[in-house]
Amino acid sequence: MKKCRRCSKPATLHITEIVNSEVQTLHLCEGCAQSYLSQQDQPDPDEMSPAAAKLIEGADLDELDHIVCPNCGISFREFRSQGRLGCPHDYIAFEAELMPLLENIHGATQHCGKCPKRAPDSSQRQYELIKLRNELRSLVEGEKYEDAARLRDQIQSLEVELAEDQPEANDKDDD
Amino acid sequence: MDLETLTHKSGEWLKGQGPESDIVISSRIRLARNLAQYPFLSRADDRVRVEIEESLGQKLIDLPLKKPLSYFKVHTLENIDRQLLVERQLISRELSDNHGSRGVVLSDEENVSIMVNEEDHLRMQVIHSGLALDECWNEIDRIDDLIESEVTYAFSQQLGYLTACPTNVGTGIRVSVMLHLPALVVTKEIQKVFQALHKISLAVRGLYGEGSQAMGDFYQISNQVTLGKTEEQLIQQVKEVVPRIIFYERQARTALVKDNREGLHDQISRAYGILKNAQTISSEETMHLLSSVRMGINLGLIDDLEIPTVNELFIHTQPAHLQKIKGTPLESGERNVARASYLRQRLSGRHPGEVN
Ligand SMILES: [Zn+2]
Ligand SMILES: [Zn+2]
Repeated sequence: MKKCRRCSKPATLHITEIVNSEVQTLHLCEGCAQSYLSQQDQPDPDEMSPAAAKLIEGADLDELDHIVCPNCGISFREFRSQGRLGCPHDYIAFEAELMPLLENIHGATQHCGKCPKRAPDSSQRQYELIKLRNELRSLVEGEKYEDAARLRDQIQSLEVELAEDQPEANDKDDD
Repeated sequence: MDLETLTHKSGEWLKGQGPESDIVISSRIRLARNLAQYPFLSRADDRVRVEIEESLGQKLIDLPLKKPLSYFKVHTLENIDRQLLVERQLISRELSDNHGSRGVVLSDEENVSIMVNEEDHLRMQVIHSGLALDECWNEIDRIDDLIESEVTYAFSQQLGYLTACPTNVGTGIRVSVMLHLPALVVTKEIQKVFQALHKISLAVRGLYGEGSQAMGDFYQISNQVTLGKTEEQLIQQVKEVVPRIIFYERQARTALVKDNREGLHDQISRAYGILKNAQTISSEETMHLLSSVRMGINLGLIDDLEIPTVNELFIHTQPAHLQKIKGTPLESGERNVARASYLRQRLSGRHPGEVN
Protein backbone atom coordinates (compact mmCIF):
# COMPACT_ATOMS: atom_id res chain seq x y z
CA MET A 1 0.00 0.00 0.00
CA LYS A 2 1.26 3.46 -0.93
CA LYS A 3 2.19 5.83 1.81
CA CYS A 4 0.50 9.19 2.28
CA ARG A 5 2.41 11.95 0.49
CA ARG A 6 2.24 14.18 3.56
CA CYS A 7 2.68 11.78 6.46
CA SER A 8 3.70 8.16 6.91
CA LYS A 9 0.20 6.72 7.22
CA PRO A 10 -1.18 4.44 4.50
CA ALA A 11 -2.71 6.40 1.65
CA THR A 12 -6.35 5.41 1.33
CA LEU A 13 -7.59 8.25 -0.85
CA HIS A 14 -6.27 8.89 -4.31
CA ILE A 15 -7.14 12.31 -5.56
CA THR A 16 -6.90 12.61 -9.30
CA GLU A 17 -6.57 16.06 -10.74
CA ILE A 18 -6.34 17.33 -14.23
CA VAL A 19 -3.70 20.02 -14.48
CA ASN A 20 -3.11 21.56 -17.94
CA SER A 21 -4.74 18.48 -19.47
CA GLU A 22 -2.32 16.24 -17.63
CA VAL A 23 -3.66 13.72 -15.16
CA GLN A 24 -1.91 13.65 -11.81
CA THR A 25 -2.72 11.55 -8.81
CA LEU A 26 -2.11 12.49 -5.22
CA HIS A 27 -1.99 9.70 -2.65
CA LEU A 28 -3.15 10.80 0.78
CA CYS A 29 -4.45 9.37 4.02
CA GLU A 30 -7.96 10.32 5.09
CA GLY A 31 -6.83 13.05 7.48
CA CYS A 32 -4.46 14.73 5.07
CA ALA A 33 -6.94 14.42 2.20
CA GLN A 34 -9.56 16.24 4.19
CA SER A 35 -7.27 19.09 5.07
CA TYR A 36 -6.00 19.19 1.48
CA LEU A 37 -9.53 19.46 0.12
CA SER A 38 -10.58 22.06 2.67
CA GLN A 39 -7.50 24.17 2.01
CA GLN A 40 -8.09 24.40 -1.70
CA ASP A 41 -8.31 28.19 -1.46
CA GLN A 42 -4.69 28.54 -0.33
CA PRO A 43 -2.88 25.85 -2.28
CA ASP A 44 0.61 24.77 -1.46
CA PRO A 45 2.67 26.01 -4.44
CA ASP A 46 4.19 22.51 -4.77
CA GLU A 47 0.80 20.97 -5.23
CA MET A 48 -1.65 20.92 -8.04
CA SER A 49 -4.14 23.46 -9.26
CA PRO A 50 -7.11 23.73 -6.93
CA ALA A 51 -9.39 24.60 -9.82
CA ALA A 52 -8.88 21.22 -11.43
CA ALA A 53 -11.51 18.53 -11.33
CA LYS A 54 -11.23 16.21 -8.36
CA LEU A 55 -12.11 12.57 -8.24
CA ILE A 56 -11.96 10.77 -4.95
CA GLU A 57 -11.85 7.18 -6.03
CA GLY A 58 -11.39 5.75 -2.56
CA ALA A 59 -14.61 7.21 -1.25
CA ASP A 60 -16.78 5.21 -3.62
CA LEU A 61 -18.99 3.08 -1.36
CA ASP A 62 -19.57 0.21 -3.79
CA GLU A 63 -15.88 -0.13 -4.26
CA LEU A 64 -15.28 0.04 -0.51
CA ASP A 65 -17.78 -2.74 0.12
CA HIS A 66 -15.54 -5.11 -1.79
CA ILE A 67 -12.37 -4.20 0.03
CA VAL A 68 -11.12 -7.24 1.89
CA CYS A 69 -8.70 -7.23 4.81
CA PRO A 70 -5.63 -9.16 3.61
CA ASN A 71 -5.03 -10.26 7.19
CA CYS A 72 -8.34 -11.85 8.26
CA GLY A 73 -10.33 -11.90 5.02
CA ILE A 74 -13.35 -9.92 6.23
CA SER A 75 -14.92 -7.64 3.61
CA PHE A 76 -16.10 -4.17 4.40
CA ARG A 77 -19.61 -5.30 3.48
CA GLU A 78 -19.45 -8.05 6.13
CA PHE A 79 -18.31 -5.53 8.72
CA ARG A 80 -21.19 -3.23 7.79
CA SER A 81 -23.73 -6.01 8.21
CA GLN A 82 -22.45 -7.47 11.50
CA GLY A 83 -20.98 -4.33 13.10
CA ARG A 84 -17.91 -6.23 14.28
CA LEU A 85 -14.45 -6.07 12.74
CA GLY A 86 -12.43 -9.18 11.97
CA CYS A 87 -8.96 -8.23 13.19
CA PRO A 88 -6.89 -5.26 14.41
CA HIS A 89 -5.56 -4.67 10.87
CA ASP A 90 -9.08 -3.75 9.66
CA TYR A 91 -8.58 -0.30 11.15
CA ILE A 92 -5.92 0.21 8.48
CA ALA A 93 -7.52 -1.84 5.69
CA PHE A 94 -10.84 0.05 6.02
CA GLU A 95 -9.35 3.33 7.17
CA ALA A 96 -11.04 5.49 4.53
CA GLU A 97 -14.50 4.47 5.62
CA LEU A 98 -13.79 3.93 9.34
CA MET A 99 -12.29 7.34 10.05
CA PRO A 100 -15.48 9.31 9.27
CA LEU A 101 -17.40 6.70 11.26
CA LEU A 102 -15.12 7.16 14.28
CA GLU A 103 -15.37 10.92 13.93
CA ASN A 104 -19.12 10.49 13.99
CA ILE A 105 -19.21 8.20 17.05
CA HIS A 106 -16.46 9.77 19.15
CA GLY A 107 -15.98 13.25 17.71
CA ALA A 108 -12.28 12.42 17.42
CA THR A 109 -9.85 10.19 15.53
CA GLN A 110 -6.81 10.41 17.79
CA HIS A 111 -6.34 8.36 20.95
CA CYS A 112 -4.94 10.27 23.90
CA GLY A 113 -5.46 7.93 26.83
CA LYS A 114 -3.41 5.15 28.34
CA CYS A 115 -1.00 3.21 26.18
CA PRO A 116 0.84 -0.05 26.77
CA LYS A 117 4.21 0.28 28.47
CA ARG A 118 5.59 -2.10 25.92
CA ALA A 119 5.23 0.38 23.07
CA PRO A 120 8.66 1.35 21.75
CA ASP A 121 10.24 4.05 23.86
CA SER A 122 10.31 6.88 21.35
CA SER A 123 6.79 6.33 20.08
CA GLN A 124 5.67 6.24 23.68
CA ARG A 125 7.09 9.73 24.16
CA GLN A 126 5.66 10.98 20.88
CA TYR A 127 2.47 9.76 22.32
CA GLU A 128 3.05 11.68 25.54
CA LEU A 129 3.13 14.79 23.41
CA ILE A 130 -0.31 14.06 21.97
CA LYS A 131 -1.61 13.59 25.47
CA LEU A 132 -0.09 16.82 26.78
CA ARG A 133 -1.48 18.82 23.85
CA ASN A 134 -4.89 17.42 24.59
CA GLU A 135 -4.60 18.42 28.24
CA LEU A 136 -3.48 21.86 27.15
CA ARG A 137 -6.60 22.26 25.05
CA SER A 138 -8.88 21.42 27.97
CA LEU A 139 -6.94 23.77 30.29
CA VAL A 140 -7.36 26.60 27.82
CA GLU A 141 -11.03 25.76 27.41
CA GLY A 142 -11.38 25.83 31.19
CA GLU A 143 -9.60 29.22 31.25
CA LYS A 144 -6.88 27.87 33.54
CA TYR A 145 -4.23 30.00 31.90
CA GLU A 146 -1.51 29.66 34.52
CA ASP A 147 -1.58 25.87 34.36
CA ALA A 148 -1.78 26.08 30.58
CA ALA A 149 1.36 28.24 30.41
CA ARG A 150 3.25 25.75 32.56
CA LEU A 151 2.08 22.86 30.41
CA ARG A 152 3.02 24.73 27.23
CA ASP A 153 6.60 25.03 28.52
CA GLN A 154 6.62 21.33 29.31
CA ILE A 155 5.42 20.52 25.79
CA GLN A 156 8.08 22.72 24.22
CA SER A 157 10.91 21.14 26.18
CA LEU A 158 9.63 17.66 25.34
CA GLU A 159 9.45 18.62 21.65
CA VAL A 160 13.08 19.78 21.80
CA GLU A 161 14.11 16.57 23.54
CA LEU A 162 12.35 14.40 20.98
CA ALA A 163 13.85 16.35 18.08
CA GLU A 164 17.34 15.79 19.52
CA ASP A 165 16.65 12.10 20.02
CA GLN A 166 15.46 11.54 16.49
CA PRO A 167 17.58 13.22 13.82
CA GLU A 168 16.06 10.85 11.24
CA ALA A 169 12.72 12.54 11.78
CA ASN A 170 13.85 15.21 9.31
CA ASP A 171 13.67 12.65 6.53
CA LYS A 172 9.93 12.56 6.78
CA ASP A 173 7.67 14.83 4.78
CA ASP A 174 6.70 17.88 6.72
CA ASP A 175 3.16 17.69 8.06
CA MET B 1 -15.33 -20.52 45.31
CA ASP B 2 -17.95 -22.75 43.70
CA LEU B 3 -21.31 -21.68 42.30
CA GLU B 4 -23.29 -23.25 45.17
CA THR B 5 -21.44 -21.05 47.66
CA LEU B 6 -21.86 -18.06 45.38
CA THR B 7 -25.64 -18.54 45.24
CA HIS B 8 -26.10 -18.03 48.96
CA LYS B 9 -23.72 -15.16 49.60
CA SER B 10 -23.68 -11.69 48.08
CA GLY B 11 -21.05 -9.49 46.55
CA GLU B 12 -19.21 -6.65 48.26
CA TRP B 13 -20.84 -4.21 45.87
CA LEU B 14 -24.31 -5.02 47.24
CA LYS B 15 -23.33 -4.16 50.82
CA GLY B 16 -24.89 -0.72 50.53
CA GLN B 17 -21.76 1.01 51.81
CA GLY B 18 -19.66 3.77 50.36
CA PRO B 19 -20.42 7.39 49.49
CA GLU B 20 -24.02 8.26 48.49
CA SER B 21 -25.02 4.61 48.74
CA ASP B 22 -28.68 5.47 49.42
CA ILE B 23 -28.91 6.43 45.74
CA VAL B 24 -25.72 5.10 44.14
CA ILE B 25 -25.86 1.29 44.19
CA SER B 26 -22.53 0.65 42.54
CA SER B 27 -19.69 2.04 40.45
CA ARG B 28 -18.08 0.01 37.72
CA ILE B 29 -15.27 0.41 35.20
CA ARG B 30 -14.56 -2.06 32.45
CA LEU B 31 -11.81 -2.18 29.86
CA ALA B 32 -11.90 -3.94 26.48
CA ARG B 33 -8.63 -5.41 25.22
CA ASN B 34 -7.52 -7.71 22.42
CA LEU B 35 -4.40 -9.73 21.81
CA ALA B 36 -2.33 -8.43 18.90
CA GLN B 37 -1.58 -11.83 17.36
CA TYR B 38 -5.14 -13.18 16.98
CA PRO B 39 -8.14 -12.13 14.88
CA PHE B 40 -11.13 -10.67 16.71
CA LEU B 41 -13.76 -13.21 17.73
CA SER B 42 -16.00 -12.79 14.67
CA ARG B 43 -13.11 -14.26 12.66
CA ALA B 44 -11.82 -16.72 15.26
CA ASP B 45 -12.63 -20.37 14.59
CA ASP B 46 -13.10 -22.92 17.37
CA ARG B 47 -9.43 -23.83 17.45
CA VAL B 48 -8.33 -20.21 17.87
CA ARG B 49 -10.94 -19.65 20.57
CA VAL B 50 -9.61 -22.63 22.52
CA GLU B 51 -6.05 -21.36 22.14
CA ILE B 52 -6.96 -17.88 23.41
CA GLU B 53 -9.06 -19.20 26.28
CA GLU B 54 -6.49 -21.70 27.48
CA SER B 55 -3.47 -19.42 27.34
CA LEU B 56 -5.26 -16.39 28.80
CA GLY B 57 -7.10 -18.43 31.43
CA GLN B 58 -3.87 -19.77 32.89
CA LYS B 59 -2.18 -16.34 32.84
CA LEU B 60 -5.14 -14.72 34.55
CA ILE B 61 -5.28 -17.22 37.43
CA ASP B 62 -1.57 -16.66 38.02
CA LEU B 63 -1.89 -12.85 38.23
CA PRO B 64 -0.51 -11.42 41.48
CA LEU B 65 -3.95 -10.23 42.58
CA LYS B 66 -5.64 -10.67 45.92
CA LYS B 67 -6.38 -14.39 46.26
CA PRO B 68 -8.37 -16.50 45.95
CA LEU B 69 -9.36 -16.10 42.33
CA SER B 70 -11.72 -18.56 40.66
CA TYR B 71 -11.72 -19.43 37.00
CA PHE B 72 -14.83 -20.78 35.31
CA LYS B 73 -14.81 -22.28 31.83
CA VAL B 74 -18.13 -20.74 30.85
CA HIS B 75 -18.70 -23.14 27.90
CA THR B 76 -18.74 -26.07 30.33
CA LEU B 77 -21.35 -24.52 32.66
CA GLU B 78 -25.05 -25.45 32.68
CA ASN B 79 -27.49 -22.84 31.34
CA ILE B 80 -28.76 -22.13 34.83
CA ASP B 81 -25.26 -21.43 36.15
CA ARG B 82 -24.48 -19.06 33.30
CA GLN B 83 -27.74 -17.27 33.99
CA LEU B 84 -26.82 -17.07 37.68
CA LEU B 85 -23.59 -15.27 36.79
CA VAL B 86 -25.50 -12.88 34.51
CA GLU B 87 -28.05 -12.06 37.23
CA ARG B 88 -25.15 -11.51 39.58
CA GLN B 89 -23.65 -8.94 37.12
CA LEU B 90 -20.45 -11.01 37.03
CA ILE B 91 -20.63 -11.88 33.33
CA SER B 92 -22.40 -10.23 30.42
CA ARG B 93 -25.30 -11.77 28.54
CA GLU B 94 -23.01 -11.78 25.50
CA LEU B 95 -20.46 -14.03 27.25
CA SER B 96 -23.26 -16.29 28.49
CA ASP B 97 -24.84 -16.65 25.03
CA ASN B 98 -21.63 -16.83 22.94
CA HIS B 99 -20.42 -20.12 21.54
CA GLY B 100 -17.08 -21.85 21.78
CA SER B 101 -14.36 -21.79 24.39
CA ARG B 102 -14.72 -18.89 26.87
CA GLY B 103 -14.12 -18.16 30.53
CA VAL B 104 -14.26 -15.78 33.45
CA VAL B 105 -12.00 -15.03 36.42
CA LEU B 106 -13.78 -13.89 39.58
CA SER B 107 -12.51 -12.61 42.89
CA ASP B 108 -14.14 -13.94 46.05
CA GLU B 109 -15.62 -10.55 46.98
CA GLU B 110 -17.07 -10.36 43.43
CA ASN B 111 -15.35 -7.02 42.81
CA VAL B 112 -13.21 -8.28 39.95
CA SER B 113 -14.42 -10.06 36.83
CA ILE B 114 -12.23 -10.76 33.81
CA MET B 115 -14.03 -12.28 30.83
CA VAL B 116 -12.20 -14.15 28.08
CA ASN B 117 -13.67 -14.39 24.55
CA GLU B 118 -16.56 -12.04 25.04
CA GLU B 119 -17.02 -9.48 22.23
CA ASP B 120 -13.30 -8.79 22.68
CA HIS B 121 -10.63 -11.25 23.80
CA LEU B 122 -10.61 -9.59 27.21
CA ARG B 123 -13.26 -7.65 29.06
CA MET B 124 -12.15 -6.81 32.59
CA GLN B 125 -14.18 -4.98 35.18
CA VAL B 126 -13.97 -3.77 38.76
CA ILE B 127 -17.17 -2.97 40.65
CA HIS B 128 -17.61 -1.31 44.05
CA SER B 129 -20.47 -0.32 46.30
CA GLY B 130 -21.50 3.36 46.28
CA LEU B 131 -19.86 6.18 44.35
CA ALA B 132 -16.28 4.89 44.12
CA LEU B 133 -15.03 5.42 40.56
CA ASP B 134 -11.46 6.33 41.55
CA GLU B 135 -11.14 3.10 43.47
CA CYS B 136 -12.46 1.16 40.46
CA TRP B 137 -10.05 2.93 38.11
CA ASN B 138 -6.99 2.39 40.31
CA GLU B 139 -7.71 -1.32 40.54
CA ILE B 140 -8.62 -1.96 36.90
CA ASP B 141 -5.65 0.12 35.71
CA ARG B 142 -3.34 -2.07 37.80
CA ILE B 143 -4.95 -5.29 36.60
CA ASP B 144 -4.59 -4.08 33.01
CA ASP B 145 -0.87 -3.35 33.62
CA LEU B 146 -0.37 -6.81 35.12
CA ILE B 147 -2.04 -8.53 32.16
CA GLU B 148 -0.15 -6.33 29.71
CA SER B 149 3.17 -7.51 31.15
CA GLU B 150 2.18 -11.04 30.05
CA VAL B 151 0.68 -10.40 26.60
CA THR B 152 0.87 -8.00 23.65
CA TYR B 153 -2.28 -5.96 23.18
CA ALA B 154 -3.59 -4.82 19.80
CA PHE B 155 -2.80 -1.12 19.96
CA SER B 156 -2.10 1.72 17.56
CA GLN B 157 -0.66 5.15 18.26
CA GLN B 158 -3.53 6.80 16.48
CA LEU B 159 -6.51 4.73 17.60
CA GLY B 160 -5.35 3.35 20.93
CA TYR B 161 -6.60 -0.08 22.03
CA LEU B 162 -8.15 -1.74 18.99
CA THR B 163 -11.52 -3.36 19.63
CA ALA B 164 -13.91 -5.55 17.66
CA CYS B 165 -16.50 -2.79 17.61
CA PRO B 166 -15.46 0.75 16.63
CA THR B 167 -17.65 2.13 19.44
CA ASN B 168 -15.10 0.91 22.02
CA VAL B 169 -11.86 1.79 20.27
CA GLY B 170 -9.32 4.10 21.95
CA THR B 171 -9.46 3.69 25.70
CA GLY B 172 -11.82 0.70 25.54
CA ILE B 173 -13.30 2.05 28.74
CA ARG B 174 -16.88 1.96 29.99
CA VAL B 175 -17.37 3.98 33.17
CA SER B 176 -20.74 3.34 34.74
CA VAL B 177 -22.69 4.14 37.85
CA MET B 178 -25.90 2.35 38.88
CA LEU B 179 -28.43 4.71 40.44
CA HIS B 180 -31.70 4.08 42.26
CA LEU B 181 -34.08 6.86 41.18
CA PRO B 182 -37.59 5.99 42.38
CA ALA B 183 -38.69 9.57 43.18
CA LEU B 184 -37.65 10.90 39.77
CA VAL B 185 -39.67 8.07 38.21
CA VAL B 186 -42.77 8.80 40.34
CA THR B 187 -42.61 12.54 39.64
CA LYS B 188 -41.94 11.80 35.93
CA GLU B 189 -38.91 14.09 35.95
CA ILE B 190 -36.68 11.24 34.86
CA GLN B 191 -37.18 11.99 31.16
CA LYS B 192 -35.71 15.45 31.63
CA VAL B 193 -32.64 13.91 33.26
CA PHE B 194 -32.25 11.50 30.33
CA GLN B 195 -32.48 14.27 27.76
CA ALA B 196 -29.83 16.27 29.59
CA LEU B 197 -27.54 13.22 29.74
CA HIS B 198 -27.90 12.43 26.06
CA LYS B 199 -26.92 15.98 25.24
CA ILE B 200 -23.55 15.43 26.90
CA SER B 201 -23.32 12.00 25.22
CA LEU B 202 -23.76 9.82 28.28
CA ALA B 203 -25.89 6.70 27.92
CA VAL B 204 -28.67 5.57 30.25
CA ARG B 205 -29.83 1.97 30.53
CA GLY B 206 -32.15 0.10 32.84
CA LEU B 207 -30.91 -2.69 35.09
CA TYR B 208 -30.32 -5.96 33.21
CA GLY B 209 -29.85 -4.75 29.72
CA GLU B 210 -30.73 -2.31 27.04
CA GLY B 211 -34.52 -2.17 27.50
CA SER B 212 -36.07 1.23 28.07
CA GLN B 213 -38.21 0.15 31.04
CA ALA B 214 -35.84 0.06 33.99
CA MET B 215 -36.49 -2.73 36.46
CA GLY B 216 -36.93 -1.50 40.02
CA ASP B 217 -36.13 2.12 39.05
CA PHE B 218 -32.44 1.30 38.60
CA TYR B 219 -30.59 3.24 35.95
CA GLN B 220 -27.05 2.84 34.73
CA ILE B 221 -25.28 5.94 33.49
CA SER B 222 -22.18 5.50 31.37
CA ASN B 223 -19.89 7.16 28.85
CA GLN B 224 -20.43 6.53 25.14
CA VAL B 225 -17.32 8.14 23.75
CA THR B 226 -14.09 6.12 24.17
CA LEU B 227 -11.71 7.84 21.74
CA GLY B 228 -10.06 11.26 21.91
CA LYS B 229 -10.28 11.71 25.67
CA THR B 230 -8.15 10.31 28.48
CA GLU B 231 -9.53 7.76 30.92
CA GLU B 232 -9.42 10.43 33.61
CA GLN B 233 -11.46 12.83 31.49
CA LEU B 234 -14.07 10.17 30.75
CA ILE B 235 -14.31 9.23 34.44
CA GLN B 236 -14.53 12.89 35.37
CA GLN B 237 -17.44 13.40 32.99
CA VAL B 238 -19.50 10.74 34.80
CA LYS B 239 -18.28 11.93 38.21
CA GLU B 240 -19.48 15.45 37.48
CA VAL B 241 -22.96 14.50 36.41
CA VAL B 242 -23.80 12.01 39.19
CA PRO B 243 -23.98 14.52 42.10
CA ARG B 244 -26.45 16.58 40.08
CA ILE B 245 -28.71 13.58 39.52
CA ILE B 246 -28.41 12.68 43.23
CA PHE B 247 -29.43 16.25 44.04
CA TYR B 248 -32.53 16.03 41.79
CA GLU B 249 -33.50 12.65 43.24
CA ARG B 250 -33.18 13.97 46.83
CA GLN B 251 -35.17 17.06 45.88
CA ALA B 252 -37.92 14.88 44.36
CA ARG B 253 -37.98 12.69 47.49
CA THR B 254 -38.31 15.73 49.74
CA ALA B 255 -41.14 17.03 47.58
CA LEU B 256 -42.95 13.68 47.78
CA VAL B 257 -42.72 13.68 51.58
CA LYS B 258 -43.78 17.31 51.84
CA ASP B 259 -46.75 17.00 49.48
CA ASN B 260 -48.26 13.88 50.98
CA ARG B 261 -46.36 12.19 53.76
CA GLU B 262 -49.27 9.95 54.82
CA GLY B 263 -49.96 8.86 51.25
CA LEU B 264 -46.30 8.02 50.64
CA HIS B 265 -45.95 6.23 53.99
CA ASP B 266 -49.10 4.24 53.20
CA GLN B 267 -47.87 3.23 49.75
CA ILE B 268 -44.47 2.14 51.08
CA SER B 269 -46.01 0.22 53.98
CA ARG B 270 -48.37 -1.57 51.59
CA ALA B 271 -45.46 -2.52 49.35
CA TYR B 272 -43.63 -3.93 52.37
CA GLY B 273 -46.82 -5.72 53.48
CA ILE B 274 -47.27 -7.43 50.11
CA LEU B 275 -43.65 -8.57 50.01
CA LYS B 276 -43.95 -10.02 53.54
CA ASN B 277 -47.25 -11.81 52.89
CA ALA B 278 -47.71 -12.65 49.20
CA GLN B 279 -48.16 -16.33 48.27
CA THR B 280 -47.20 -15.85 44.61
CA ILE B 281 -45.41 -12.91 43.03
CA SER B 282 -43.77 -12.11 39.68
CA SER B 283 -40.25 -10.80 39.26
CA GLU B 284 -41.52 -7.47 37.91
CA GLU B 285 -43.85 -6.86 40.86
CA THR B 286 -41.10 -7.84 43.28
CA MET B 287 -38.68 -5.34 41.76
CA HIS B 288 -41.32 -2.63 41.77
CA LEU B 289 -42.26 -3.18 45.44
CA LEU B 290 -38.66 -3.60 46.61
CA SER B 291 -37.93 -0.26 45.01
CA SER B 292 -40.61 1.44 47.15
CA VAL B 293 -39.36 -0.33 50.26
CA ARG B 294 -35.78 0.70 49.56
CA MET B 295 -36.79 4.35 49.28
CA GLY B 296 -38.90 3.91 52.46
CA ILE B 297 -35.84 2.79 54.43
CA ASN B 298 -33.83 5.77 53.15
CA LEU B 299 -36.63 8.16 54.15
CA GLY B 300 -36.89 6.61 57.63
CA LEU B 301 -40.41 5.29 56.97
CA ILE B 302 -39.33 1.67 57.49
CA ASP B 303 -37.00 0.97 60.39
CA ASP B 304 -36.80 -2.81 60.78
CA LEU B 305 -35.03 -3.65 57.52
CA GLU B 306 -31.49 -2.99 56.28
CA ILE B 307 -30.48 -1.68 52.84
CA PRO B 308 -28.02 -4.55 52.15
CA THR B 309 -30.88 -7.06 52.62
CA VAL B 310 -33.03 -5.22 50.08
CA ASN B 311 -30.11 -4.92 47.64
CA GLU B 312 -29.54 -8.65 47.94
CA LEU B 313 -33.24 -9.45 47.44
CA PHE B 314 -33.23 -7.67 44.08
CA ILE B 315 -30.67 -10.23 42.94
CA HIS B 316 -31.72 -13.34 44.87
CA THR B 317 -35.32 -13.19 43.60
CA GLN B 318 -34.19 -13.45 39.96
CA PRO B 319 -35.11 -16.73 38.18
CA ALA B 320 -31.74 -18.52 38.19
CA HIS B 321 -31.02 -17.57 41.81
CA LEU B 322 -34.40 -18.90 42.96
CA GLN B 323 -33.87 -22.20 41.17
CA LYS B 324 -30.35 -22.56 42.58
CA ILE B 325 -31.62 -21.77 46.08
CA LYS B 326 -34.45 -24.31 45.70
CA GLY B 327 -32.04 -26.77 44.12
CA THR B 328 -34.45 -27.69 41.33
CA PRO B 329 -35.59 -26.32 37.94
CA LEU B 330 -38.85 -24.36 38.24
CA GLU B 331 -41.45 -23.26 35.69
CA SER B 332 -42.51 -19.62 35.71
CA GLY B 333 -45.60 -20.26 37.89
CA GLU B 334 -43.59 -22.37 40.35
CA ARG B 335 -40.97 -19.63 40.49
CA ASN B 336 -43.60 -17.07 41.52
CA VAL B 337 -44.62 -19.30 44.44
CA ALA B 338 -40.98 -19.96 45.39
CA ARG B 339 -40.19 -16.23 45.15
CA ALA B 340 -43.05 -15.32 47.51
CA SER B 341 -41.97 -18.00 49.96
CA TYR B 342 -38.35 -16.83 49.85
CA LEU B 343 -39.40 -13.20 50.41
CA ARG B 344 -41.60 -14.14 53.39
CA GLN B 345 -38.73 -16.00 55.00
CA ARG B 346 -36.16 -13.29 54.39
CA LEU B 347 -38.43 -10.46 55.52
CA SER B 348 -39.57 -12.26 58.68
CA GLY B 349 -35.97 -12.28 59.78
CA ARG B 350 -35.33 -15.98 59.18
CA HIS B 351 -32.76 -16.89 56.56
CA PRO B 352 -34.02 -19.64 54.25
CA GLY B 353 -30.82 -21.53 54.86
CA GLU B 354 -31.73 -21.93 58.53
CA VAL B 355 -33.82 -24.79 59.92
CA ASN B 356 -37.52 -23.83 59.99
ZN1 LIG C 1 -1.38 11.73 5.82
ZN1 LIG D 1 -8.70 -8.06 9.22
